[in-house]
Amino acid sequence: MAMAVRVYLLLFVFLSSAIVSFSLYEDQVGLMDWHQRYIGKVKHAVFHTQKTGRKRVIVSTEENVVASLDLRRGEIFWRHVLGTKDAIDGVDIALGKYVITLSSQGSMLRAWNLPDGQMVWETSLHSAQQSKSLLSVPINLKVDKDYPILVFGGGYLHAVSAVDGEVLWKKDFTAEGFEVQRVLQPPESSIIYVLGFLHSSEAVVYQIDSKTGEVVAQKSMVFPGGFSGEISSVSSDKVVVLDSTRSILVTIGFLDGDISFQKTRISELVEDSGNAEILSPLLSNMLAVKVNKRTIFVRVGGNGKLEVVDSLSDETAMSDSLPVADDQVAFASVHHEGSKIHLMVKLVDDLDNVLLRESIQMDQHRGRVHKVFINNYIKTDRSNGFRALIVMEDHSLLLLQQGAIVWSREEGLASVTDVTTAELPVEKDGVSVAKVEHTLVDWLKGHMLKLKGSLLLASPEDVVAIQEMRMKSSGRNKLTRDHNGFRKLFIALTRAGKLFALHTGDGRIVWSMLLTSPSNSEACARPSGISLYQWQVPHHHAMDENPSVLVVGRCGSDSSAPAVLSFVDVYTGKEISSSDIAHSVVQVMPLPFTDSTEQRLHLIADTDGHVHLYPKTSEALSIFQREFQNVYWYTVEGDDGIIRGHAMKSSCAGETADEYCFTTRELWTVVFPSESEKIISTLTRKPNEVVHTQAKVSTDQDVLYKYVSRNLLFVATVSPKGAGEIGSVTPEESALVVYLIDTITGRILHRLSHQGCQGPVHAVFSENWVVYHYFNLRAHKYEVTVVEIYDQSRAENKNVWKLILGKHNLTAPISSYSRPEMLTKSQSYFFSQSVKTIAVTSTAKGITSKQLLIGTMGDQILALDKRFVDPRRTLNPSQAEKEEGIIPLTDSLPIIPQSYITHSLKVEGLRGIVTAPSKLESTTHVFAYGVDLFYTRLAPSKTYDSLTDDFSYALLLITIVALVAAIYITWVLSEKKELSEKWR
Amino acid sequence: MAKLTLFIFFLSSLLIISSSLAFQSDELLVDDDEFGLEGAKPQSTPLHTSSPQPQQTPTFRKRYSDLDLDSKVQFTLEHAFGDSGFSPAGTFSARLKSWSHGGKTLTKLRFSRNGFSDEEKDSFKNLLKGDDFYRIRLPSSVISPPGKEFVVASVRARCLPRDGLDEHFVIHMEGANILAVSYGSLGACQYPRQFKLPAKWSFNSHTILKSSEQAPRTPIFTEEILGGENAEGEVEPPPERSFWAKYWMYLIPLGLVVMNAVTQAANVAEGPTGGQAGGSQVQQSARRR
Repeated sequence: MAMAVRVYLLLFVFLSSAIVSFSLYEDQVGLMDWHQRYIGKVKHAVFHTQKTGRKRVIVSTEENVVASLDLRRGEIFWRHVLGTKDAIDGVDIALGKYVITLSSQGSMLRAWNLPDGQMVWETSLHSAQQSKSLLSVPINLKVDKDYPILVFGGGYLHAVSAVDGEVLWKKDFTAEGFEVQRVLQPPESSIIYVLGFLHSSEAVVYQIDSKTGEVVAQKSMVFPGGFSGEISSVSSDKVVVLDSTRSILVTIGFLDGDISFQKTRISELVEDSGNAEILSPLLSNMLAVKVNKRTIFVRVGGNGKLEVVDSLSDETAMSDSLPVADDQVAFASVHHEGSKIHLMVKLVDDLDNVLLRESIQMDQHRGRVHKVFINNYIKTDRSNGFRALIVMEDHSLLLLQQGAIVWSREEGLASVTDVTTAELPVEKDGVSVAKVEHTLVDWLKGHMLKLKGSLLLASPEDVVAIQEMRMKSSGRNKLTRDHNGFRKLFIALTRAGKLFALHTGDGRIVWSMLLTSPSNSEACARPSGISLYQWQVPHHHAMDENPSVLVVGRCGSDSSAPAVLSFVDVYTGKEISSSDIAHSVVQVMPLPFTDSTEQRLHLIADTDGHVHLYPKTSEALSIFQREFQNVYWYTVEGDDGIIRGHAMKSSCAGETADEYCFTTRELWTVVFPSESEKIISTLTRKPNEVVHTQAKVSTDQDVLYKYVSRNLLFVATVSPKGAGEIGSVTPEESALVVYLIDTITGRILHRLSHQGCQGPVHAVFSENWVVYHYFNLRAHKYEVTVVEIYDQSRAENKNVWKLILGKHNLTAPISSYSRPEMLTKSQSYFFSQSVKTIAVTSTAKGITSKQLLIGTMGDQILALDKRFVDPRRTLNPSQAEKEEGIIPLTDSLPIIPQSYITHSLKVEGLRGIVTAPSKLESTTHVFAYGVDLFYTRLAPSKTYDSLTDDFSYALLLITIVALVAAIYITWVLSEKKELSEKWR
Repeated sequence: MAKLTLFIFFLSSLLIISSSLAFQSDELLVDDDEFGLEGAKPQSTPLHTSSPQPQQTPTFRKRYSDLDLDSKVQFTLEHAFGDSGFSPAGTFSARLKSWSHGGKTLTKLRFSRNGFSDEEKDSFKNLLKGDDFYRIRLPSSVISPPGKEFVVASVRARCLPRDGLDEHFVIHMEGANILAVSYGSLGACQYPRQFKLPAKWSFNSHTILKSSEQAPRTPIFTEEILGGENAEGEVEPPPERSFWAKYWMYLIPLGLVVMNAVTQAANVAEGPTGGQAGGSQVQQSARRR
């Protein structure tokens, strides 16, 4: 019996230790989520190799990131993401220990500590006008002499001390309209030569005292032809620029403050010359000119004479020149040949002397080389070695050394424009991707370890082992579909027009594909990506048909430019087909119809007001003809403040022979008065959202019917004055008006104006509610307002008898032409943070309660329960309301630190959050993108429908075994006892 | 004498003061009367006359603006059958009321609908046959009717016929601008739209003017309200239940287990002798067998 007691006690201990916990613990980080850090397409790179131990390169990117990368492995040592409006103009290293960045068109100068990236100083420079900016950091600094950093921007020339960022002096050039082109600081001299253009026709050289900023001398000379384009400085006292006709190269010498022009016709250098363009690389005594799709190298002689020394094909990328040993200067050039790229490093003085020639196999899907940066190092045999950092067309960054790619970074993922999800292939019999690696012993061992962990008996080594096991566990990285739908692919389209498939398990790139134009014409060699749609999602033939996505690209920035459609197989990443379409793409509308192969029908609207049907098959056409009368669409003309509704009219047979093209007619317009309202935000529901129930039962057994319509458009307008930055207007001048518009009839279903409020408006629309975030100027706070719409026309269906007798109108088809009887409920709350984006969780059946995912200013994602933004919250909820889960009304929404789903991480430059349901109802996938990528799996109402991953089956088994054993033992004991009592 | 002069001086000064007082009040009254006359609203309530001067200017202004800018406006409703061009179909007339703060609103909207001509009846019948759209439009600005843009609305023609032709306008206004117009029949329009000719070719029109609703202000709870709330909230939750009331369901089994264990232990403690005896008995009996 004592044994039984012990068994019971043990059981008790077991059960008490098995309390399920739902919040995220430290050791659970990284189990379901991953985070990838990127920097974006590199604009400038500065190598720093003074101390051999810490080889790193400083880069600045188009995503306004300044970062320090490890040259050996490509990892980020440190990085700083500047604001979206704070574009970096220049980056350099000063004093050998500070990274200097110039940003915001030459008005912000910052110094970062080179080893750790701490900001050392920051100087805001006065700027009066928009102009190009220029950063000049003196090289070869002697310690005893403090040469200033010279910055030109906004019409001012500033001299800033590199030590503390103090502005030593500034020179105002705003009056003359003088644009500084080149600053020369000869060593061992206190005079600075500043060369610039006045009205692009007069060259002016100022000699400025570097100590005081006083102009010592000034010379100017008018060039009658006028200058244009890029300026190339070939030596310390010579620059070359094109004249305004782009056919004459002008060499400007400004030695000792004297200006001299020397004109050379390009036709003298090369035959049949067209418009020339000076390429940016800085080469000493040489310049690169692009003429007739060829790059020619022109040597500038000592007397200003130009001669052509070499010419290369157009698709060659070149680096700046780099001083190597013995006063020689080298530069690198990279060109393509087939699937290989050839890297050559040559001496500038002697182009036949090739220092390095390497050819490297390159992935076709990286496109052309855009930029090259070279750096030299001393090899083990004391000779010069070169490494090259190259930026490819897909924005990826690669380091080449010794004929190999040392590392590569997929920086295209820092500029994701659109994301969609895709399923993984179904696991077929015999084609199991991952083998069963566990034997029973391993399995038991693992579970024993877990058991130890949960009983807090594990040693530190065990904890590490458990963590490792969890990371690798349950085949979460397999490339097949799983039962719960946790494994999925996120298909991301980047600005460079590259498609990436990311695995939800660990975020690795399963495949990637660069969008190409099928005709490969000159005008459209590389279309940029616009949007991404699910083209074909096979359900009936899921085993033998692959899903595909539609990628819409455009051959230019203009919306009237011709577009490219590409259909990509999701499993393999291969392009199935692609087509150049003759028309432009303004809007792509997936229709709720699919053909027999489950291809979704899409309508594409062009700039002429026609719509085009895809796929162009007769079957699709017949499906579309059937629904022709019931297809409506709308356009938003943000600049004019007009929203128009359209219906299909007829085939455009009269104009073109294309039977897949249709004309439309205008059905309704909503015209916002331009003097009082300006559209700042429009939003619709996600088309694939699932609503579980239409009815909402309130506490007093009353039923409200949600107005669930796919054709609702949320529009927010502000007064034109209030469209600027927050705080630029008084509360009286600004008002925010929100609308809910039915897009079939143009009916305004709800209209609410917020006086004294201002944008930007961030909104989320789901089921029958909209939540939007804006700024209240009167209260000086951000506010969040929720609007819920209920359908009153169905409200009388509450009567049970009516339902039984069938006298209800629940099954009647809903027509937008019926006059709706709406009931809207709305409530506002203060929210203490500004917001970058808002999303909402979505689950497979829509049963699970929803959470708002708020991308905060700190680039984190906050999960806020929808219950907090319920319009029915009251100050003193009754007992029944409390039981329903209504939270007492507060004036502001709580920010609970534990509910940041990004925990300690930051998704730098957060731009969007995408949610997708998994097969398990409780769980939703969340993918956030910006400069960084972040993925996690959320269970807004906890995982009520499954056991957690780390549920200890061993514990359960042991418990059952122990129980059975205990029963047996007690039975034996009691038998014995009974026997002994009978014998008594 | 000195006293007398003083008295006279006092009297005269009093007179002057009183006369000046009377003068002022007189002017006020005259002023007010004038306005009253102009406004054709004889308002000579004592409250008004005694109202202090600073208040008078705004009332004056308001009336003045009322007078000058309260004007009648007319704008036409145009309709189109299917894809035909728009033609006049009726006239809205309303009073444009201007407020002192510069805003304008429409009031007293009246609508006169032109009946269908025979030609229009035919084209409307065609619409009904084809289940096509009947479109209407209004100018987006009522002050300058041929405005830049028109506010268009449309409805499937089959939704309109009941006994007569039912139509329902909801005009959304923003000041003197028309934002949007919702147009349709009064009631529901069942989806498989039946072809039905109206019994009477006369319109049964309803119009509603709507302007934007003001959002309720976000409730701001000051500290004391919150404090009061908290105090109330503290009272409200049921009194703390005793330890026993909360955990009886765990305690009873535990107690049973403990009791069981205690009795077992007692048994075991006294048991050794009995147990051994029993054991020997068994052995003995075994031997016996």
